[in-house]
Amino acid sequence: MNSSKKEFISEAEELLEEAREHLLELQEPAETGVTPDTVNALFRSIHTLKGISGLFGLEGLKDLSHAIEEILDSLRLGNIEVTDDVISFLFKNIDILRELLKNAGQGNDLDVTPYLEDIEVFGRKTSNRQKQESLSGIIDEAIISVLSNYEEQRLRANIKNNRAIFIINAVLSLADFDKSLSELTEKIKKEGELISTLPTAEDIPPDSIGFKLLFASGKNPDSLKAALGVAPGQIAGRRPEKASAQKPQSSLKSISTTVRVDIEKLDGILNTIGELTLTRGAIKRIERELAGIYGHSELVFDIHRASRNLERRLSELQQQVLEIRMVPIGQIFSRLAQIVKRYSREIGKPVNLTVFGEETELDKFIAEEIVDPLMHIVRNAIDHGIESPEERKRKGKPEKGTIMLKAFQRGNNVIVETEDDGRGIDTEMIRKKALEKGIITAGTEIDDTELIGFIFRAGFSTKETVTEVSGRGVGMDVVKDRISSIHGFVDVRTEKNIYTRFSLTIPITLAIIKSLLVRVGINTFALPLSSISETLIIGRDALQSIEGKKVYNLRGDLLPVMQVSDFFEPGSHTHESDYHESRYIVVSGYGERRVGLLVDELIGGQEIVIRSLGRYFEGLKGFAGVTEIGRHNVILVIDVETLTEEILLRHKGLVHV
Amino acid sequence: MKNILVVEDSESTRSMMKTIIEDLGEEYHVFEAGTGFEALKILPAEDFSLIITDINMPDINGIELINFVKTTPQYKDIPMIIVSTERSEEDKKRGLALGAEAYITKPFRPEDFQEKIRLVLSS
Repeated sequence: MNSSKKEFISEAEELLEEAREHLLELQEPAETGVTPDTVNALFRSIHTLKGISGLFGLEGLKDLSHAIEEILDSLRLGNIEVTDDVISFLFKNIDILRELLKNAGQGNDLDVTPYLEDIEVFGRKTSNRQKQESLSGIIDEAIISVLSNYEEQRLRANIKNNRAIFIINAVLSLADFDKSLSELTEKIKKEGELISTLPTAEDIPPDSIGFKLLFASGKNPDSLKAALGVAPGQIAGRRPEKASAQKPQSSLKSISTTVRVDIEKLDGILNTIGELTLTRGAIKRIERELAGIYGHSELVFDIHRASRNLERRLSELQQQVLEIRMVPIGQIFSRLAQIVKRYSREIGKPVNLTVFGEETELDKFIAEEIVDPLMHIVRNAIDHGIESPEERKRKGKPEKGTIMLKAFQRGNNVIVETEDDGRGIDTEMIRKKALEKGIITAGTEIDDTELIGFIFRAGFSTKETVTEVSGRGVGMDVVKDRISSIHGFVDVRTEKNIYTRFSLTIPITLAIIKSLLVRVGINTFALPLSSISETLIIGRDALQSIEGKKVYNLRGDLLPVMQVSDFFEPGSHTHESDYHESRYIVVSGYGERRVGLLVDELIGGQEIVIRSLGRYFEGLKGFAGVTEIGRHNVILVIDVETLTEEILLRHKGLVHV
Repeated sequence: MKNILVVEDSESTRSMMKTIIEDLGEEYHVFEAGTGFEALKILPAEDFSLIITDINMPDINGIELINFVKTTPQYKDIPMIIVSTERSEEDKKRGLALGAEAYITKPFRPEDFQEKIRLVLSS
């Protein structure tokens, strides 16, 4: 079967599935009753199926869907009523279509003549065609001429049911009109039936687009105005109250109160806030110095009050700007959903995508940064995680694979998870590869979690080995780097033949971060608070040595510990005594990845704006950037993730120090 | 270079039309829109020599799109071809009345579709 035929089969399957769902809806309508939308959607599914069957030369499928389409057309035009009989007849025929499609997949085009006769008989029996009244004189000819046949029928049906017809004009930004428009149409659908959405560019400013929304409702104009937030103009139907004489409202005033702003402008504001934060630090310092000189005089209190006020307002402003930058992660999920749909179809592995937590918000910049890594993970899952339908069947799994995307907030982080129900990551293959590469030796004791961690090492896997057999590895180091660059981290869990789950823990916002300033020797460093779980004061001799590696007994667990400067200057702490000097441990990471950083002093918390190290120092490992902390004092911000990694490796003895 | 916009919600139909058009020659470049809304967004982004549109689509239908294109000064000279099934006979008439240049009924033979495109582009 060639690929376009495959594409046809899978689209046709989807259409039939949609049709079945719409039928279920008709069978058990919601409280609002049978909606014309559902009947129309059902019609459209079968209509599209007919269209594509014809294009792919499947005559039987085309003829049968054409006959069913006729019935559905009568149904949506109101010539046939929705009864249990009609619904079960349609169910039966959709099953027949499914059967035909299955045969078509095997290259057989079955004879459908007997089915066609059944449908014809059924159609004659149920149809109850009504004479159409002319709409001219009731509705402006100019409006009727731009309606489709179906829309005109709906207009007729609503007028007949004694509902009034209204128009709303909306002017929206061209770039994102779909969102505000669907908000408005959702509201309209609660009040009545949306008949037509007419785009127009007449008298509309550039970069904008106008829409005339034609809808029917039994409510009066005042309550519609209250419900929709805009006054609709009534153009036909009952209730010829005062409103009926009015011309349709044609204000150019936008119904949407949103503005679109370039993210760079918001970055600009944040930078200015960052500068202001520094100024605020300077004012606080001046305040302290003044207090030293003048004591607690009136003037010192004044400046104290003013600087406290400045501080409060500044953090409000910062919070507000950060909120503006927030977008729901659903935006990214729907982009991924498209990729999954297209890609799984392309390579012939049907996949169900389930999504949770679309409303979870995170910073626009961060959202954009995680798209590629997520895409990579999801494609890998389809490529190598999810098995072929045949293999899945053999394993007793549903033939269609499932990929789940999930997002939720935890503290200052958003956790984004992808999970597939495929074959899992083959740790044995990774072990073999790690031996080959000399990362571990035959005697190395290493558990599965650590083995899986290897897929994030640059150049660890090659196409011939890990990817094809175990399914993971290509470009995973890039995924990890991208996530670390926004101060996040990746965690993988997997179980053979059950699932593989990637969890990305990423900060909700990036621009300004809370940090802990620490002193090590004569240097001050900033550690992002988001990567710190606790700090400890330790007594002398609290550290133990195991095989020359320092560990601390943290409530019964052995915590690997390292002097921060050891990382940057190996060998600078050669004497045992140096370790006795340090008085504090900063604990970072979680669970088995928890490590301690030894520092001499905890200076305090501070909000910092991280700036990049610049091109010259770009490749420098272990630093996230630099920040300025008042009085032109520039300090380094430590990349805790990289340090954690390094400490874990050193303590495993996997890297030669 | 001739930019052609294909507006059609069925993915397989869309990609088939794309292939048929691209078979016409290298100077034809196909842009795809899966919904009427997508079409509205892509219109200002490129100069189109031709728009081919389906009638039945989920957000706005082909009639509404034709009306939009033919009443907007900067687009009104772009020729339009309606692609629809014989069921949409009535809608086809309405589309032509609103200014669409031609129509072709689904299913069609690739040669007929190509012929129709050449004809509309040359007139």
